[in-house]
Amino acid sequence: MKKPFNSKDKRFKVAHREALIGVVLVIINFIWWYGFAYGLGSDKVENYTYIWGLPAWFFYSCIAGFIVMIVIVSLTVKFLFTDVPFEDEEEGHEHK
Amino acid sequence: MNWPVITPLVIFLLVIFAVGFWSHKFVFKTHSFLEEYFLGERQMGGFILAMTMVATYGSASSFIGGPGVAYTQGLGWVLLAMAQLATGYFTLMVLGKKFAIVARQYKAITLIDFLKERYQSKTVVLLSAASIVIFLFSSMTAQWIGGARLVESLTGLPYTTALLIFAFSVLIFVIVGGFRAVALTDAVQGVVMFMGTLILLVATIKAGGGIPKIIHDLAAENPNLISPFGAERTLTPAYVSSYWILVGIGVVGLPQITVRAMSYKNSKAMHSAIIIGTIVVGFIMLGMHLIGVFARPVLPGVKIGDTVMPLLSMKVLPPFAAGIVLAAPMAAIMSTVDALLILVSSALVKDVYLNYIKPTAGDSHVKKISFSVTAIIGLIVIILALSPPNLIIWLNLFSFGGLESVFIWPVIFGLYWMKGNKYGAIASMVLGMSSYILFDRFYPNALGVHTVVLPILISMLGFVVVSLLTQQRNGLEKTYQRI
Repeated sequence: MKKPFNSKDKRFKVAHREALIGVVLVIINFIWWYGFAYGLGSDKVENYTYIWGLPAWFFYSCIAGFIVMIVIVSLTVKFLFTDVPFEDEEEGHEHK
Repeated sequence: MNWPVITPLVIFLLVIFAVGFWSHKFVFKTHSFLEEYFLGERQMGGFILAMTMVATYGSASSFIGGPGVAYTQGLGWVLLAMAQLATGYFTLMVLGKKFAIVARQYKAITLIDFLKERYQSKTVVLLSAASIVIFLFSSMTAQWIGGARLVESLTGLPYTTALLIFAFSVLIFVIVGGFRAVALTDAVQGVVMFMGTLILLVATIKAGGGIPKIIHDLAAENPNLISPFGAERTLTPAYVSSYWILVGIGVVGLPQITVRAMSYKNSKAMHSAIIIGTIVVGFIMLGMHLIGVFARPVLPGVKIGDTVMPLLSMKVLPPFAAGIVLAAPMAAIMSTVDALLILVSSALVKDVYLNYIKPTAGDSHVKKISFSVTAIIGLIVIILALSPPNLIIWLNLFSFGGLESVFIWPVIFGLYWMKGNKYGAIASMVLGMSSYILFDRFYPNALGVHTVVLPILISMLGFVVVSLLTQQRNGLEKTYQRI
């Protein structure tokens, strides 16, 4: 059929796990962003509270959310991502 | 001529040229011309990789258009822009190591090489090449026009002269240096974009009298400006959230981004690029759009959104600093255009010409073809940009979403779903493209979300259903599987 790449390659297990982590991170990111923005921001503007001069919804959703994501992404990459070689040691070659 | 503003721009251009010519050394020395010219021999380190992703992605709209809309819409538009934070980590994590390894096994140099090996189908290759050429051609022209307008407004030169200056500066370093020059200049441009954002943000806050005062002024003018719903309360949560698909996760399907996900050296480079990329893309998007909002009390009454950023820089900064800041959008435009140029050229040379027209071409012939195709594309774009036909403008409007609907599933399923086959890929590409155009024409923003959402769902369904159906057929009647 199609040209299958060697799906038993151990490195792919690492790759699949890390791709899944990416999806999980984006979901966390989205929930944080949406939750604070519309959770706090849907209130009447007169009732807004402010942090560093910015409306609280904006501060938490966009500023704190940005910093939180940098921290989570850095920790994930440091502790959950594994170094793998990209070049093949002969076994994965099906063509040429 | 406003020399204090222009001087930093000229210095910036000279640095870019120097990098381009330095890269040319590699083009001559290499033993694998195609891999060097179109992929920089997969030698990108973490910093360069992060910067080239950010710079390619950040375009005229991040520095000119986006802040202009933020100026009218208020903080709600900054919220929307922050959907782009995901591009910093998501693309590299999801395509990730699998794409890097598989692309090496396939010896793929372009995204289309990957699709060709994975699906073994001429139709897939030709469809991909056609969509890349059509859509990127038009978005390249649009960026080119943006760049020329910017040079025009900064220097006071007539449009045509401005266009020629801008176009030839990009063309020269791309033609001589190839992908390596593009990526290295992207790194310089990414740094300029970052610095420009920082300087302008600080200066604007200062000019506005501090954040609390700016926010107070905005609320006094129109309280909705500091709500997440936009100035007229038209930005619904569903609409704003749907941008997570268009400019967040859908970016995985943009060929100019995916090709970068196979250009890096090793997994260390990828790891640090994820972190650096997230920081830089988040900072630029947050900063530039916030600048647009903060500009409102500082510079009230601007009618044309696109002029907010240049006018603001001139107003709140000393001329020399304004020059540095205005090099940022220039850098953003150049770094997008150069990536598109080399990509279109690779689609034509590598994917069409070498695959189907002259597979036996020798090394020096390939070299000649690559240089001249790149140059010819550049010249055609210049001619189009001189008096842009309506078709180009129309195509550019949906090049982003269009490319995403075409490529996202063939790439993702190609990597992660072994049952996906060429019929599924073809169905998904055709459905993605045609439904995108139809929705855009007849029912834009269907169900209150951005037009791109439904076509992406449709093309996913198409891919899955057709792949599963044809699998059964393959098993039952083997003779029918030929197309």
